[in-house]
Amino acid sequence: MNTPALELRGITKVYGQGETAVQAVAGVDLVVEHGEHVAVMGASGSGKSTLMHVLGCLDTPTSGTYRLGGLDTGALDDRRLALLRNRRIGFVFQSFNLIPRTTALANVELPLAYAGVRGKVRKERAQAALDRVGLANRVDHLPSQLSGGQQQRVAIARAIVTEPLLLLADEPTGALDSHSTEEVLQLFDQLNAEGRTIVVITHEEEVAARSGRVLRMFDGKVYQDERRVGRARTPAHRSQRDVGEVVR
Amino acid sequence: MRVWGSAVFALRGVTANTMRSVLTTLGILIGVAAVIILVAVGTGSSQAVKDSLSRLGSNTLTIRASQGGTGGMARTGGGSNTKQAQLTVEDAQALIDAQEAPSVGRVAPVVTASSVTATADGASHSVGTFTGTTPSYLSLNDDTIRSGTAFVDADYLARRRVALVGSTVAEDLVGGDGLSAVGKSVQFNGTTFKVIGILTDKGSNSGNQSDQDDRVLAPLTAVQDTLTGYGSVSNILVQATSAETVAAAETEVSEILDMRHEVTSDTADYSIMNSESILSAATSTSQTFTVLLGAVAAISLLVGGIGVMNIMLVTVTERTREIGIRKAIGAQRSDIVGQFLIEAVLLSVFGGAMGVLVGIVGSRFTIVGVEPVVAPYSVVLAFGVSVAVGLFFGIYPAGRAAALRPIDALRYE
Ligand SMILES: Nc1ncnc2c1ncn2[C@@H]1O[C@H](COP(=O)(O)OP(=O)(O)O)[C@@H](O)[C@H]1O
Ligand SMILES: [Mg+2]
Repeated sequence: MNTPALELRGITKVYGQGETAVQAVAGVDLVVEHGEHVAVMGASGSGKSTLMHVLGCLDTPTSGTYRLGGLDTGALDDRRLALLRNRRIGFVFQSFNLIPRTTALANVELPLAYAGVRGKVRKERAQAALDRVGLANRVDHLPSQLSGGQQQRVAIARAIVTEPLLLLADEPTGALDSHSTEEVLQLFDQLNAEGRTIVVITHEEEVAARSGRVLRMFDGKVYQDERRVGRARTPAHRSQRDVGEVVR
Repeated sequence: MRVWGSAVFALRGVTANTMRSVLTTLGILIGVAAVIILVAVGTGSSQAVKDSLSRLGSNTLTIRASQGGTGGMARTGGGSNTKQAQLTVEDAQALIDAQEAPSVGRVAPVVTASSVTATADGASHSVGTFTGTTPSYLSLNDDTIRSGTAFVDADYLARRRVALVGSTVAEDLVGGDGLSAVGKSVQFNGTTFKVIGILTDKGSNSGNQSDQDDRVLAPLTAVQDTLTGYGSVSNILVQATSAETVAAAETEVSEILDMRHEVTSDTADYSIMNSESILSAATSTSQTFTVLLGAVAAISLLVGGIGVMNIMLVTVTERTREIGIRKAIGAQRSDIVGQFLIEAVLLSVFGGAMGVLVGIVGSRFTIVGVEPVVAPYSVVLAFGVSVAVGLFFGIYPAGRAAALRPIDALRYE
């Protein structure tokens, strides 16, 4: 019963071939339990984003196995991977990646639409997610009419609207001022307190300070894995559904 | 349910990218409309040619001297027994021969006087066609007299200067309905002819050809005396005794003429055209015209298509990122392809339908003197091609992007 949320064995990722090949991730073994709040740190180019993309099933590793909730992602076809991304993973990008010329509400509704949730329920849930990130009064705004902090909160609403167990964020506050950063981090704290597993890439020590565990990367390897005393996570509050159930 | 979702996203995509949508629609619209209108103009003009030829009786033959006939040249050079290389009134008379040419009914030699001006009581009119011929021409050409009388053999033999005028000429000279022209003396290039009748209207041909009532008929003898001189005739009209004897008449005519001109069928210095061969010659000319217009139209369709392609491809960077985002949050490949398919269908089918509408409405107007006739195949072709182009370039890049890993689509530049 006690399968970890994430389990990586010998994960590598090589870009290009021959002379110009770049080993972005050079063998990472990692286990993350349900409900953990993990910060990933490291110099630019150390392979953090690449690793995160593998975790989010946005990219496939060159070698190694990655189990998400006990499920070997290497064995899944495109359709199942899309299902996983839709139901089990919320991904927050540094550059927000909202669909342009599309309202905040419509952006947040998207994952639900792909999950097959219908009209009224879908609107209500999207509305609730926007409430959650404090943007109830901005539902009809286009991305271009929102500040960076607001856009990132829309992106977070979109990431959590399907209630995924795993929330991944690649420098989510990198483009934000300190006030917006604080808002976003508080959101992550709340989401983590609800039992979601969170992995966040950051450059800032104060961001890392809020995490129960800090991974430091260098040259594609995790060279330090530090658990903070006193921030040990309580086990997941939520009953933990078997991932296989949605993917099957 | 999923299809409905894709449709909603597609509609949003269309409305969110107003400029792209308008340009795509416009490109397709122009391409389709151009093809339909240009082909309609071509079809309309060949239709007009056919209409005018179908008025010619189906049992008439037209004999013309052929240009540069080698037979004629040879004869001029080697001539103990030199005959005229051109068609003459005697040739026409020779065709009226119950023994040698039993299938030939009426024969009418025709001379045409060019740039003839008619004047009467100070009014003047430039005559469209001035024809000198025999009385049998009237029945050969299906002409009747509206007012007055026709000229007869006696007029022909007596070389009387009498004339039949078309209503355009009559109206221009005496005003009103022109009927009072009967009995008037009219000067044609200075020579006085007495108008003895008004020809029944032929009407203008489909409204786009020269006025067929702008003409004058007079006895060939009198015309030769005054306007054309005694040279060759421009052509000889021959009517077979019936539609069934046209082929026989043609053979008889060529036998007689070959003998008179001392030529064989290989060296003949004249040509015989039946209404079918005239029709097919004219049809092939107008078909060439239609093909030419069609080619121009095809080019405009191509240019329109390239425009559409450009717009679709230029937006592909942005759309590829969008596809990456959609895949990152769980869209299936079929969701993406469905969305872009519907988007492309909306744009190109709407553009195509508008193009058909504009093309058909535009074809209702007379264009450069031609009443266009919409050819159904051009509608189908233009619509089909442009919609296919729109669909292909709307879907193909999207389909490729949808097959990418999400991260590759997101990174696309
Ligand atoms: N698409 C790519 N193609 C080739 N090399 C890449 C690509 N993405 C990242 N890299 C390389 O992989 C290494 C790790 O990059 P990345 O994971 O983005 O690092 P970080 O997020 O820690 O800054 C870098 O050397 C980078 O140049
Ligand atoms: Mg990075």
